[in-house]
Amino acid sequence: MGFFSGFVDKFKQGLQKTKEVFVAPIKKIAQVFRNVAPEDLDALEEQLIAADFGVEVTQKILEKARVAYKKGEIKTTDQIIPFLKADLKGRLTEHGNDVRWAPAPPTVILVAGVNGVGKTTSIAKLATLFRKGGKKVILAASDTFRAAAVEQLAIWSERVGVDIIKHGQGADPAAVVFDAAEAAVARKADVLLVDTAGRLQTKENLMKELAKIRNVVARKIPGAPHEVLLVLDATTGQNAVSQAQHFGAAVNVTGLFLAKLDGTAKGGIVVAIKDKLSIPVKFVGLGEMPEDIAGFNAEEFVEALFAE
Amino acid sequence: MFDSLTESLGGIFRKLAGRGHLSEKNIQEGLKEVRMALLQADVSFKVVKDFIDRVSVKAVGEEVIKSVRPADQIVWIVHQELTALMGPVDHAIPPAGKTPTIIMMAGLQGSGKTTTTAKLGQYLRKKGRKPMLIAADMIRPAAVEQLKTLGAQNSLPVYWEATGRPVKICERGIAKAVEQGLDAVVLDTQGRLHVDREMMDELKEVREKLKPPQIYHVVDAMTGQDAVKSAAEFNAQLELDGVIMTKLDGDARGGAALSVKAVTGKPIKFVGLGEKIDALDEFHPERMASRILGMGDVISLVEKAKENVDQDKARKLQEKIRKDELTIADFYEQLQQMKKMGPLKQLMKLLPGQLGQMADEVDEDELKYAEAIIQSMTKQERENPELLNASRRQRIARGSGRPVHEVNSLVKQYVEARKMIRVMKKQGGFGGLFKP
Repeated sequence: MGFFSGFVDKFKQGLQKTKEVFVAPIKKIAQVFRNVAPEDLDALEEQLIAADFGVEVTQKILEKARVAYKKGEIKTTDQIIPFLKADLKGRLTEHGNDVRWAPAPPTVILVAGVNGVGKTTSIAKLATLFRKGGKKVILAASDTFRAAAVEQLAIWSERVGVDIIKHGQGADPAAVVFDAAEAAVARKADVLLVDTAGRLQTKENLMKELAKIRNVVARKIPGAPHEVLLVLDATTGQNAVSQAQHFGAAVNVTGLFLAKLDGTAKGGIVVAIKDKLSIPVKFVGLGEMPEDIAGFNAEEFVEALFAE
Repeated sequence: MFDSLTESLGGIFRKLAGRGHLSEKNIQEGLKEVRMALLQADVSFKVVKDFIDRVSVKAVGEEVIKSVRPADQIVWIVHQELTALMGPVDHAIPPAGKTPTIIMMAGLQGSGKTTTTAKLGQYLRKKGRKPMLIAADMIRPAAVEQLKTLGAQNSLPVYWEATGRPVKICERGIAKAVEQGLDAVVLDTQGRLHVDREMMDELKEVREKLKPPQIYHVVDAMTGQDAVKSAAEFNAQLELDGVIMTKLDGDARGGAALSVKAVTGKPIKFVGLGEKIDALDEFHPERMASRILGMGDVISLVEKAKENVDQDKARKLQEKIRKDELTIADFYEQLQQMKKMGPLKQLMKLLPGQLGQMADEVDEDELKYAEAIIQSMTKQERENPELLNASRRQRIARGSGRPVHEVNSLVKQYVEARKMIRVMKKQGGFGGLFKP
């Protein structure tokens, strides 16, 4: 994953805004910790919840902090932030954050998510990133449902300069994947990126359709899909856990693509998802441009959150 | 969730039995649970805090109603307060003056502006208006294409240009609408993050030039704690008139509705409930309150039933139940009516508490099998289930492709159901259950 390192700056830049909102309150909490009393952890709870960590994970983290306090591991103001950092880094790296490449190309990456999270744009970003890494990329326009989704991806494929396999709107998405898988093999592509229609995780039939897309590509290319990325909107709250659960059950999600992290939202929900479902974050989206992507680096993520 | 909320509250208030008033201490304890429920529903932390403070002031000193458990009473107070906070309801869209009514959409990318623009067009048309949609999102690739397609699919006129500045496109679009005698326009605009100056400036320009009487902020129901920040920013820059919450057809509790109302003070006007063009509903604060508290949306369920259940058939069925003449044919009829209301799982999810949680255990296939089995019966068999002897049952099993034991258990279920009805009738507990 060496070719990601150049994106670290971009990553830090994107997190700047997040940092501004996050760090200040953390410092305020730290002041509370001067005369640490277990009750004062309430203030910390506030901040974690406000970052969309969710009530459960927040309480888990607090419990750890409480235990650490009891054991005397946390005594002063300046110990709370390193403690939190270490804990979060540990949580976020536990399951690996690199792409699972196929032993022999093509690597098939299925991209799924609910409506409006930014799947199509995220695919354009992935294509840009892989292409820069010297890989031959093909896109499969399997979102045949949303009006103009195929056009949107086609425009991106031109801008980025990669091939696209498409049928019209309303076509069978599984058939598109079938053709795309064949093309990926025939054209000796390194990566096949499969776009899918956005669907709310509670829509049974649409989830079945997604599973079918997965099965089609699995039959065409051994071991595929090698990666199933669930795109999450960083502004999403606790519902993201339900998304990860349902998509996980339908197509076995292997990683998260955390999009729209360049706003004020903190994306803390990925900690909850990691905690509940052991799904790691693999990529983050940090802007409008196809270059605004970075491989997820927990070190950077957590450091940037707490950096001066 | 409602059950677990009232249950945990029940534990706290058990000690209270026999005392006259809700005391500050036990209310504080109880409200902790309420607080958790609200946070899990993504209501903004600050909003929750203010809300809890307000409710506790209200609840302290309330008389304990004898026939009601204190837990229920607290939930009731909370529900009322939530409803009041999200109200009053205001769906009104001002009439056209000399120029068409201009409605401008604004929101983060992916919140569902383009889809909602089309839905609003459809809504206006249903209200007897003559709407035009204007495609002014020139940033997202193919956004114009998307609105054009939605317009064409639903025969709604769409004004668009291949390139250009949104404010100019809107101006020319409105002129076109006037020319064609249309009386309402809905402007689809680009969505980006609220921290994006360039976008905000562009939206402000549209607002200043066109002075739309209605500016709606489109908010995704799944939005987390960040909802307060983006809504406050959009409101500060554009002076919103209302909010439309989208994607409520999923399982998001939609706590952002409360947050957005609290920070902007602007009413939620509509909710988006699906991908179809008609899936836009007027906002009902009491339903939203139930949803945020995890109490299920029983009212929507009842409405769905009203929409889909054939009242005549329902009356006949009631009559049959009264006379104890329920047959397998009626069973089948019920099955068909239920199917019209949508997948059973989705219906179950609208139910409160444990019933709603059971939704995941529902096996839709079982219903299909039951249908197949009944379809393999003759008319006489359906009307007179006593006829169903072993050889008939075997024939039915072959016909439906299901094993004989499934045929047996279906018949058994039918017999049990009849027994149940008899018992319930005796107890008089049947009430208006089957009343249309």
